[in-house]
Amino acid sequence: MKLLALDTTAEGCSVALNLDGQIIEQFENAPRMHTRRIMPMIRELLRQSALKPADLDALAFGRGPGSFTGLRIAAGIVQGLAYGLGKPVLPVSSLAATALVAREQNPGPVAVAFDARMAEVYWGTFRVEEGRVQPLEEERVCPPDRLSLPTIGGDERWLGAGAGWLLCDEMPKSVCDAVTERLLEAIPTAGAIALLAQQAWLEGAAIDAAQAQPVYLRDEVAWQKMPGR
Amino acid sequence: MRVLGIESSCDETGVALYDSERGLLSHALFSQVAMHADYGGVVPELASRDHVRKLLPLCEEVLSRAELDLSSVDAIAYTAGPGLIGALMVGGSFAHALAFALDVPVLGVHHMEGHLLAPMLEPQPPEFPFVALLVSGGHTQLVKVDGIGRYTLLGESVDDAAGEAFDKAAKMLELGYPGGPQVAALAEQGVPGRFVFPRPMTDRPGLAFSFSGLKTFTLNTVNAAKADGSWSDQTRADIALAFETAVVETLAIKCRRALQETGCRRLVVAGGVSANRHLRKVLSEQMGKVQGEVFYARPEFCTDNGAMIAYAGCQRLQAGQRDGDRIWAVPRWPMAELPPLDALCEDGLREPSN
Ligand SMILES: Nc1ncnc2c1ncn2[C@@H]1O[C@H](COP(=O)(O)OP(=O)(O)OP(=O)(O)O)[C@@H](O)[C@H]1O
Ligand SMILES: [Mg+2]
Repeated sequence: MKLLALDTTAEGCSVALNLDGQIIEQFENAPRMHTRRIMPMIRELLRQSALKPADLDALAFGRGPGSFTGLRIAAGIVQGLAYGLGKPVLPVSSLAATALVAREQNPGPVAVAFDARMAEVYWGTFRVEEGRVQPLEEERVCPPDRLSLPTIGGDERWLGAGAGWLLCDEMPKSVCDAVTERLLEAIPTAGAIALLAQQAWLEGAAIDAAQAQPVYLRDEVAWQKMPGR
Repeated sequence: MRVLGIESSCDETGVALYDSERGLLSHALFSQVAMHADYGGVVPELASRDHVRKLLPLCEEVLSRAELDLSSVDAIAYTAGPGLIGALMVGGSFAHALAFALDVPVLGVHHMEGHLLAPMLEPQPPEFPFVALLVSGGHTQLVKVDGIGRYTLLGESVDDAAGEAFDKAAKMLELGYPGGPQVAALAEQGVPGRFVFPRPMTDRPGLAFSFSGLKTFTLNTVNAAKADGSWSDQTRADIALAFETAVVETLAIKCRRALQETGCRRLVVAGGVSANRHLRKVLSEQMGKVQGEVFYARPEFCTDNGAMIAYAGCQRLQAGQRDGDRIWAVPRWPMAELPPLDALCEDGLREPSN
């Protein structure tokens, strides 16, 4: 199968092809440059592999959580491509993609934390095994002092991934103590998304273009309603 | 050339299909007004979220209404600005990717040029040159129009836009958002002459507008009525009428001046406030007296819509203008900076090649 994946949920802008399991990836550090870089990167990646857009079987994207604007750029691009090509979409959690990036060579449980601003973190716990990423709990957004870890086997060690671990001082001591090893620089990449999307594809998780929506996690921001509404 | 037009600059998602030979084939609009009404104004983050949900279904609706499929789309136009940056990016990203998938050209167009050209979709379109009064939620401008992309700004508001003034007056009169249509409806019950509001900046030469003083005047009138016990539905209607009359007459006076200064006989009125019936009546009478002509878009194309974007985009795409790979989202963008139709634009209208 041929799958194009993209991620614009964080500072990076990345695109990847998954050609029957072989990943070809391009990554640029492009804060606030996504709208300039994403289309040229897609065009170039396809050109390098001598592929036409119509050769693709499916599209994948980092569906969040992450920068709201970035999520929507990715969703908008993937919707446009999938709708125009008549191909299905595989949304992938950016926390799960980060878990894979952090634990690719080194299986085990991983707790991913992104800085969600407003003194909160986006949080997801996973088990990575044989390149598969199993969510252990539902993803959420909450203040660092309200975080907790699910129970795992006694001899296993948690790995912390993502820049949200910079807020470690504000996390409960039990969480910090359980997670001694940390990869602060781990971020979602289109390559990891392309791998996870392939599994989802085989599991029949592909959806229609119109259903390709961001997952913000933060849905109640303090927008002030008019009295009585 | 058949152009799919996409509008997502603010709180309406609009899509339309325009054919250079056959005219407008179909259009569809989703207004977020009800959602934002709870907040008393547009919440940008909520607006952006809704555009991502509605854009694709609206495209499907437009194509199915026209009984066509995507293969019949020759080019794509989207609103590149001005507007809310996050909302603009949604339409731009979708438009660029769709154009790439279909292998057709794509162009980011100017929202106010869309408004300005909307009357071209009517059976009797205006000919160039003309004077345009752009009156919307974010703009109040008089522009001399010599052709597409040949705009000279004659005057604009130094503070609030006319539509914004309507929206703020509506709040003071305890009406909902958006206020324009509700103030206009309430004004119909008003008794003329009970309140007289100023006609800002008409006592001196020039074509600039100012509506913030009118806002203060409205607030003072409302507060005085509340203090002296005369606050009632009738009083609200009387204030609405006095406010509307002041805005309408101010706009009319400036239009008359602009026409005199430029020697034009044609006036085009575009943007959300141009749907106002009172404004249309006064301007039509005024133009009749001087044997001039006035043009409007049909009311549904006065406020934001996809049809005006498809039309404006079609004119420029037919002239060969197009975007490169960059998705344009330009929150502030003076319309007079637009290139003319014969400029070479291969990387969008913001950066003409020569
Ligand atoms: N009948 C009416 N009378 C007066 N004002 C009206 C009427 N109908 C709509 N409006 C006003 O028009 C404005 C909306 O117009 P439009 O959609 O063109 O503006 P916008 O897109 O928000 O701003 P802009 O086009 O400047 O970016 C609102 O301020 C609304 O109150
Ligand atoms: Mg508008």
